[in-house]
Amino acid sequence: MSQGNTMDDNEWPLYEVFIRSRAGLSHRHAGSVHAADSQMALDHARDVYTRRNEGVSIWVVKSSEIIASDPADASAFFEPAADKIYRHPTFYEIPEGVENL
Amino acid sequence: MYTQGLDQKGENAGRRLDDAGLLAAFQARIDAEEKIEAKDWMPDAYRRTLIRQISQHAHSEIIGMQPEGNWLTRAPSLRRKAILLAKVQDEAGHGLYLYSAAETLGTSRGQMVADLLSGKAKYSSIFNYPTLTWADIGAIGWLVDGAAIMNQIPLCRCSYGPYARAMVRICKEESFHQRQGFEIMLMLSRGSAEQKAMAQDALNRWWWPSLMMFGPGDADSKHSAQSMAWKIKRFSNDELRQKFVDVTVPQAEFLGIRVPDDDLKFNAQTGHYEFGEIDWQEFFDVLAGNGPCNRQRLEKRQRAHDDGAWVREAAHAYAEKHGQRAAA
Repeated sequence: MSQGNTMDDNEWPLYEVFIRSRAGLSHRHAGSVHAADSQMALDHARDVYTRRNEGVSIWVVKSSEIIASDPADASAFFEPAADKIYRHPTFYEIPEGVENL
Repeated sequence: MYTQGLDQKGENAGRRLDDAGLLAAFQARIDAEEKIEAKDWMPDAYRRTLIRQISQHAHSEIIGMQPEGNWLTRAPSLRRKAILLAKVQDEAGHGLYLYSAAETLGTSRGQMVADLLSGKAKYSSIFNYPTLTWADIGAIGWLVDGAAIMNQIPLCRCSYGPYARAMVRICKEESFHQRQGFEIMLMLSRGSAEQKAMAQDALNRWWWPSLMMFGPGDADSKHSAQSMAWKIKRFSNDELRQKFVDVTVPQAEFLGIRVPDDDLKFNAQTGHYEFGEIDWQEFFDVLAGNGPCNRQRLEKRQRAHDDGAWVREAAHAYAEKHGQRAAA
């Protein structure tokens, strides 16, 4: 994470913060915080990202633990879905007069 | 997802740097108003510009806590104290959102803090002016945060996703800052003659430095053209400054205090206020480190950093010990 050449070799690890704004909604990425451990990451996430009641639940996860797809490969990676237009309801023609379909 | 993918970026960047095709594709994405995300390919200069701008922005928020923090223990009522405390805490939060956004570009928190403390990185010139009276807290919220909002709203549409998202969050909170400042000015301007004089004095001292916050005039702004092409910037310094003057002068009139500019007049044809010449020498002097409080601000930041070292080390040691216990 840190790129060397920092003045502090002991830089706390980075955590990504996800917040559920209210029950019924998914957690959503809010930002990140540095913390020495996971409890501190939760506390910092609360102080930094929910000062105005923005959340009812917080997830934190070490940034280094996240596995992400590579944007450079995005077109090939997502290509299999591109030509399957029959997966969308608009692919099918329904004659006029047919209702509730 | 923000920073961890950056490790590979350094290896790839050199190989791809000269690829004109990539550059053209990048500009095409920008022109199409697509957002650039942390792991996307970007020109080195785009990355460097953003790191410089976002980290300076973050430093400004962090140093910006000092002039207002100066009045925390002397706020005139418990209500004002609670409000000011919340505002200063917001500034810390804004600094942290922005440091996080800058870190997605491959710099580290430690590096940015080191650059601030060594004087290599700049922060907004405005925070090198002293807060002499309580009215200054009103003037800062009203004028300084007002100018910041003018600058920051277009940044919500900046081409770099993490910066734009941080700015959306910041702008939502900034509006409270400006209103609480205006409210302080309103109370003072409706108060005793002495209080009104205090409000006027604060406006006298903060007006010109606030106009300087937008940076040099367009003719002298060295980074502007490229930043506009990259859609990091949406409006020129002079355009934003004009907008600020246009909305702020009527507010001063409402308060019944006078903007300290003999050349200020409304041009009915253009619909804009014309204002006097800014003292750019003062601006460059403050930027070069010779403002009223530059040294004091950095010394205080350095002291806070040093005094906190044992806390950071202890937390680290605690985490390590617990990690070992959990593993055992």
